[in-house]
Amino acid sequence: MIHPERIFYQQVQPDDVAEIVSETIVKNNIIDRLLYRDPRTGKKIKYENEIPFYKKQKRLIFGNNVKMDPTKISDYILLGGYASLSRVLFSMSSEEVIQEISRSGLRGRGGGGFPTGRKWQFCRNAPGDTKYVICNADEGDPGAYMDRSLLEGNPHSVLEGMIIGAYAIGAKEGYIYVRNEYPLAVNNVRVALGQVAEYGFLGKDILGSGFNFTIQINRGGGAFVCGESTALIASVEGKVGEPRAKHIHTVESGLWGRPTNLNNVETWANVPLIIAKGADWYSKIGTKESKGTKIFSLVGKIENTGLVEVPMGITLREIVHGIGGGIPHGKKFKAVQTGGPSGGCVPEKLIDLPVDFEELTRVGSMMGSGGMIVMDEDTCMVDLAKYFLRFLQDESCGKCTSCREGIKRMLQILTRITQGKGEEGDIELLEELSGVVADTSLCALGGTAPNPVLTTIRYFRDEYEAHIKDKRCSAKVCKDLITYTVDREKCTGCLLCKKLCPEKAIEGERKEPHLIDQDKCIKCGICLENCKFEAILVE
Amino acid sequence: MVRLIIDDQEVEVEKDLSILEAAKKMGIEIPTLCYHEALSPQGACRVCTVEIIRKAHSILSTACTYPVQAGIEVKTDSEKVRKARGLILELLLARCPNVESIRDLAEKMGIKKPRFQTDDEECILCGLCVRVCQEVVGVSSIGFINRGVTREVTTPYQVHSDVCIGCGACAVVCPTGAIKIEDHQNLRKIPLWHTELERKRCKVCGNHFAPQAEIDFLKRKKDELPEDLFEVCPNCRRSELAKKLSLTKIPRSFYTKT
Repeated sequence: MIHPERIFYQQVQPDDVAEIVSETIVKNNIIDRLLYRDPRTGKKIKYENEIPFYKKQKRLIFGNNVKMDPTKISDYILLGGYASLSRVLFSMSSEEVIQEISRSGLRGRGGGGFPTGRKWQFCRNAPGDTKYVICNADEGDPGAYMDRSLLEGNPHSVLEGMIIGAYAIGAKEGYIYVRNEYPLAVNNVRVALGQVAEYGFLGKDILGSGFNFTIQINRGGGAFVCGESTALIASVEGKVGEPRAKHIHTVESGLWGRPTNLNNVETWANVPLIIAKGADWYSKIGTKESKGTKIFSLVGKIENTGLVEVPMGITLREIVHGIGGGIPHGKKFKAVQTGGPSGGCVPEKLIDLPVDFEELTRVGSMMGSGGMIVMDEDTCMVDLAKYFLRFLQDESCGKCTSCREGIKRMLQILTRITQGKGEEGDIELLEELSGVVADTSLCALGGTAPNPVLTTIRYFRDEYEAHIKDKRCSAKVCKDLITYTVDREKCTGCLLCKKLCPEKAIEGERKEPHLIDQDKCIKCGICLENCKFEAILVE
Repeated sequence: MVRLIIDDQEVEVEKDLSILEAAKKMGIEIPTLCYHEALSPQGACRVCTVEIIRKAHSILSTACTYPVQAGIEVKTDSEKVRKARGLILELLLARCPNVESIRDLAEKMGIKKPRFQTDDEECILCGLCVRVCQEVVGVSSIGFINRGVTREVTTPYQVHSDVCIGCGACAVVCPTGAIKIEDHQNLRKIPLWHTELERKRCKVCGNHFAPQAEIDFLKRKKDELPEDLFEVCPNCRRSELAKKLSLTKIPRSFYTKT
């Protein structure tokens, strides 16, 4: 990217540099061959903010990632970093900070969507002098990596947010709980912590304000359930990461039994921005109940994958077709899964849904941490539900009957359905189990586990029925319900599939149509992928 | 004191009680499996699930862990509760179809045969054995390993534990009878914990009784007790005491007068 015009060149090689300097930087000439071509219009685009992927984004939180080296605190300061902290420490009282965050309308970005200002107020009001703040960087949703990118690319925004929050609440110690699988994030945070302390933004008497605060990093042990606040706290305390009943909230009794304020990485990163630009400015972005921007990880069957930051209230259509560039290979958009294993799918007919906390919940899904998995006509919704349940079965801590046994039985039923052994009444049994698991589980893992099942049944019941009654998988995914055969008209007898088949299931001589032995075929798809004559049929 | 309503009856109780304890005081029995009054509540089995209505909002929660709160209304046997508790017991029955206590509880809810493929477990992972060993006995010789459907209770590294004293408290609190204690001649075996301990021989009758490890533990814990107390088995101790009492010259009225 060439600044300040923000000319966008892509697939730049080291050999191009000389030309870029002499042509663009010196003579202001655009090098056409390095420009991005929009696949839908065929036109070349010069500037970043005209590229559909970036046009509709509002990279308020993420924007600084490209402008700084995360291991150089001076970069962050040059971008205005720690000015909010300074303002807070010297011209705002703790109460004023909480009020500003409350007025902004900021809600938790980890999945719960709880109003952040209110949470801070509860924690501040809780009796006791020793309080803690925690940053939840466990990010367990498959396909979600926004927290990782924030910690790797701009850890200071998170640290600054935590220090401001600690001041507001009255905490002297903070913890960042990072999942074990993020070594670069841990490293960059560690470097940042060292520099922050060196510059006097952390430790004793921060910037001479009299406020003391330190932060420690804790690493997870490879458990999705440790993203749940009480399980995370147990893990920090050195115990097994298992949730406990939350009848008494963690803001009153959390880490070591003390009032604890736990927020997600992205939530903390929003704080310095709100202090810098003000609650009035922030609350103009987004919808009535969901203010600000949200970072989504757009993955799956979509042309442009990646992390996108958009204002709340943008429609799914604008995200999928505008920013995402639509579905590749000419396939049809089927649904998008939001909120990971705790969320649900939103079908094509709801593509004009504005994306915010309330709207997603209203249609049966949830915002979650911001994962957005796009699916096309080749996705089997029953198989999708099975995938998420298998994940949750593996990750369940196993303490309570509802989640441990309930998910297990739901998965057994779903597996049978995908194997063509579904029975009349299976859908109703899944719905019944879903209700009880959701209502009686000890924590939100079990509490939200039925969501993928319930939403796929709600919007794609016909697919479930086809699997059960007709033993048919219309997306041709469920292996026990499909067959691979050779189209004798198209097959040229080239022997390629026969050679590639890992199960040696294909017979045939050169120039003779081949034949797939159904008993040996494992439906791996290698023949389908490699046949140059489109002679493999899947039915 | 806290005032709340349980099953349409108003009640006033101390503020640190759980709904389960408050209900018990009113004579309302809520079924439980993982609850024991001597141990910390866990909310693991979910059998004591009740409906709690607070500010017009109804949720289901476990009575053993939920503290009494002013102004809440609790229903221990509503339609919602019966549906939930029924399915929870059905799930437990599918896991443990041959455990009597679960079969009984399930039958009370009208469940005879679960709609799921049955396993053949005895342990319901309630954690009572772990808790009694940790909180009452204080040796923590057993604990949970793995998570989710592979979760189980065992000793560290699944070998004979150095700290198990063979007291059998775990078997006493187990609600399903999953923990078997095998006392045969001079050995006490607890196969689940790979425990094999020598039992002490009674000086009087010559029979083996408590594990030596348990006796050593008791001696350490209560060193004020007389040394010879542990040399004699409970049966002989009882006979000796009976003999002493029968030879006493103190009249019965000494003990019975008011």
